Order: sequence, then C-alpha cells, then structure tokens
Amino acid sequence: MKITAVFENGVLTEERPGAVKPQQDLWNKKKGGLVVVECPQRIPCNPCNTSCPVSAIKTFSDINDVPEIDYDKCTGCGICVAVCPGLACFVIDLTFADGLALLKLPYEMLPLPEKGATVKCLDRTGKAVCDGKVENVAEPKKDKTKVVHVAVPIDKAHDVRAIRVV
Amino acid sequence: MRNLTTDVLVVGGGPAGLSAAAEAAAAGASVIVAESDLHLGGQLVKQSHKFFGSKEEYAGTRGFEIAKVLKDEIAGSGAKVETLLNTTVTGYYPDENVVTAMIGEEEYLRITPKKIIMASGAQERLIPFPNNDLPGVYGAGAVQTLMNVYGVVPGKKVIMIGAGNIGLIVSYQLMQAGVEVAAILEAMPRVGGYWVHAAKIRRLGVPILLRHSIKRALGDRVITGAEIYELDEKFNQAGETETVRCDTICLAVGLTPSSEILWQGGCKMKYVPNLCGHVPFRDKTMRTSNEKIWVAGDVSGIEEASAAMIEGRIAGISAAKSLGRDVKSDSFDKFWKRLKDLRAGEVGEKIRAGVSEVLVDGWE
Repeated sequence: MKITAVFENGVLTEERPGAVKPQQDLWNKKKGGLVVVECPQRIPCNPCNTSCPVSAIKTFSDINDVPEIDYDKCTGCGICVAVCPGLACFVIDLTFADGLALLKLPYEMLPLPEKGATVKCLDRTGKAVCDGKVENVAEPKKDKTKVVHVAVPIDKAHDVRAIRVV
Repeated sequence: MRNLTTDVLVVGGGPAGLSAAAEAAAAGASVIVAESDLHLGGQLVKQSHKFFGSKEEYAGTRGFEIAKVLKDEIAGSGAKVETLLNTTVTGYYPDENVVTAMIGEEEYLRITPKKIIMASGAQERLIPFPNNDLPGVYGAGAVQTLMNVYGVVPGKKVIMIGAGNIGLIVSYQLMQAGVEVAAILEAMPRVGGYWVHAAKIRRLGVPILLRHSIKRALGDRVITGAEIYELDEKFNQAGETETVRCDTICLAVGLTPSSEILWQGGCKMKYVPNLCGHVPFRDKTMRTSNEKIWVAGDVSGIEEASAAMIEGRIAGISAAKSLGRDVKSDSFDKFWKRLKDLRAGEVGEKIRAGVSEVLVDGWE
C-alpha cells in the first residue's frame, strides 16, 4: 500500500495561512507555551475565536476565515485545544524542562492515558517518532474531549501531534 | 383509518424538520412531525463529533447533544407540536390534499395539512462491485447506526470507501470504538471532506489512498478482504491490483435527496449534480413551485446539518407566515445571512453553484 504524506490527504507539510508558527524567540521563552493551529482550509467554523479567554485568536470577518493568532496575547491555556471541533489546535511549551517540551494535545480515544505513563508519540502521519511522558490529563470543557499534557524531547516538539497509549 | 388535520405537516424529524417545526409552532401554527424512525433527531443522534459553524449552529456541540436541544425546543412548544414516530409518509395526493402515512407496518393514517414542509433528508448511494452482496458490506449510515445507536461494532478491520466528511467522520468513530481502519480509499485526487477531519485520522496512522477504488470484495460467505487499485486521470486502473485483508467494507460514497413526495406534489424539479440529485426549484422562503410545499435540509440538496437547521427555520417561519401567523419580520433576513455565511467558504462553492441553478426570485 503506497501511503503518501501530502497536504491533499491531510498531512501538513509546510506553513500556510491558518497554519503559521509563532516567532521562535518569543516561543523559546514563553512559559506555558503557545498555541499552534493547523487549520489551513476555509471552512465555516469559529469556536477557537469565540472561546479564547484572552482574545488571542483574532476576530473573524467571515466565519470561513482561517485562524490568525496574536501571540503576544496567547497564554497557552489550551481551551482552544479542547474546543476546536477539528482537533486542530495544539499547545507547545518549549520552556518545560531542560531538553523537553510539553505538548497539550486533544485526545478522544480509549484507553485514556494515565498520568506518569509513557506513551508513543505520533507524527502527522501516525508514525511513532518518540516516547513521551504523560504529565497531566485534563478535560477543560467537561465534554469528554481530553487535553493530554505530554513531555517529549524538544527536537520532536514540531513533529508530534498525537499519542498512542501502549 | 385515522384522519388527522394540521396547519403544518413536517415530513422528517431530523435537524431540518425539527427546526422547521420549532419555528412554525413558535409562530402559533399547529404542527405534526412525521418521523419514520423510532426516535427524533435524524442523523444527529449518531453524530458523536463536535459540530462546526458558529454558536448559533451549536458549534463545538456534539451532534447527539444538538438533537436533544432541538427536541427540548419542540417539547417546550407544548401541545402545538404532535410527533408521530415510526411513521413513514408513503404518498401525497395533491388533488385531495391528502398525505398518507403508515405507523409501523399495520396502521394507515391520512393527514390533511394546510401546508407541508418536506424535510425527508437523503438516502445513501452505493457503488457496484463483485461480491458487494456479502455480509460485511455496509453503508456508512448503517455503521453509524449500529455503533452509535445500538452499541455494536460492525467488525474488527474496515476498509472505508470515500473520503468525504462522512467517510472521514465514520472512520474516526470506528477507531474510537476500537475498530481498525485499514485504509480509506478516495477516487478523487484530494480529500472531499474537511481537511482537519483528514488530518486527525492521518495522525492516528490511517492511510488515505487518493485516486484509489475497490475492484471486488473477497470472501465466500463473509468478507475476508478487498482488491483495490489505483486510478489514473480518466479513472481507469493504473498499476497492480492489491489485496487488503478486512472483515468489513464501508461505503461512504455520497447521498442523494429523498424527493419522491416532491415529485408526487408536482414540484418543478431539476437534476443538479452539485446538490447530488434531483432537487426542487425553490424561492428564498424555501417554497417549491407547489404553493403548499416547502423544503429544508438534504432533500433540497445535500449539505451539512448546520445548513439544514437554518433552512428548516426559514421554511418553518415562511410556512407559518403563509397561514397568516405573525413572524418576526427580521428573523427571515437573519437566517438567510447565516446561511450565506456558512456557504461562503471553499467547501461551500459547490453548494453556492448548485443552489443558484434552482433558486427563483418568486412564483408567478
């Protein structure tokens, strides 16, 4: 089976409008992390904007706009991670610990990971790229969408977008 | 045979029908909702994912929760809305203005409505291939019903045919239920559903094979696998046939409007590929060429449930208004603006083109 990793079948391969990374210098020192949104297609959807407690996701002029983030405001709280219907928001904290980044990832599968457990960390194609340690399992909106906090090697922070409980 | 009369008969108790019933009842009309299933909510009750759209379309709320909200709204209308479950509308006789229906398989019913809102939804398309009659070949709607209504998984390993929103969402739901999705095949060179739905499946390791189709199902008494192949630009086979092991093949290759009653009502119809089948001409109030019949939801063209709910509200207030009921004068424009906003994106392009083929300024 030939598996292609291309944008056309749902794998982000480069930055585009709606999937733009924060400035690196700000990101490197921002405690709590910054959100990375990977929502590059114009679709009618705005809960990231309407749910952001600090208005870091700029107000849409058209509900089909792709999200644009004001990184001076983003606190990395992860509310959008829990709210986004497309599971397209991820928080990345590059200040977590020496050599480690903390990712806050949406999770709607079973079994639930346990705090302290080691999980497989998957890239955008589902390939396991490293192990990660679960630091917390939150449920900000109490609606069954979990936000899993997982510590990963800092050089894998930009690849890991999902976990698998092992 | 029982005979019922009502101001407004809503055919179909899904997102469009319930929204229509809520608006018509709020305007003071008596309403009967005829629903063929055993429960209200239509496809909403199977939707475990959070909806897109804005707050007004319940964005961020899971589909089955939206069904509850709409049912509560109907229940809040008191005695003005009568819901008939397990009731299939079987015919419309325009000369006598009689709608016939069956409750279960025994009891017949005649309904004489002043106005009809058709919100009968859609039916699934299937594609032919050898052995597609073996147990283990399902439509995506059936898989959702099995899993999300009755709590039964269809198998252990599935091949999904079609990467529109339904194929992508049902694949995700299968994984949530612990079922392996071997692959999603899509004949087109790109995913048809929302990109983010594809991304959340890809990152869990499910391959989406673009320009691929199924050649045949394998198996003697049950499905044991499928032969698949890559397509060229002209949709002919390119390359070798591959065999994939699976026990379930799920078809998510589109829907087509369930428009039989509209034909019986003499509504002026047109085949519109962008709306996925024969659909009625309609004015901005969602009225058809038959002055008694309005439409809303998938029967007027295949689209998302969020749009169906708004169309339902437009049809509901319009039908009530035609009966001389008071409706808020600004509500109509408000709903139309929301519908326009929902359709303004890239995925709405097909809908905009399709609707423009059948939208009329007015009748006569």
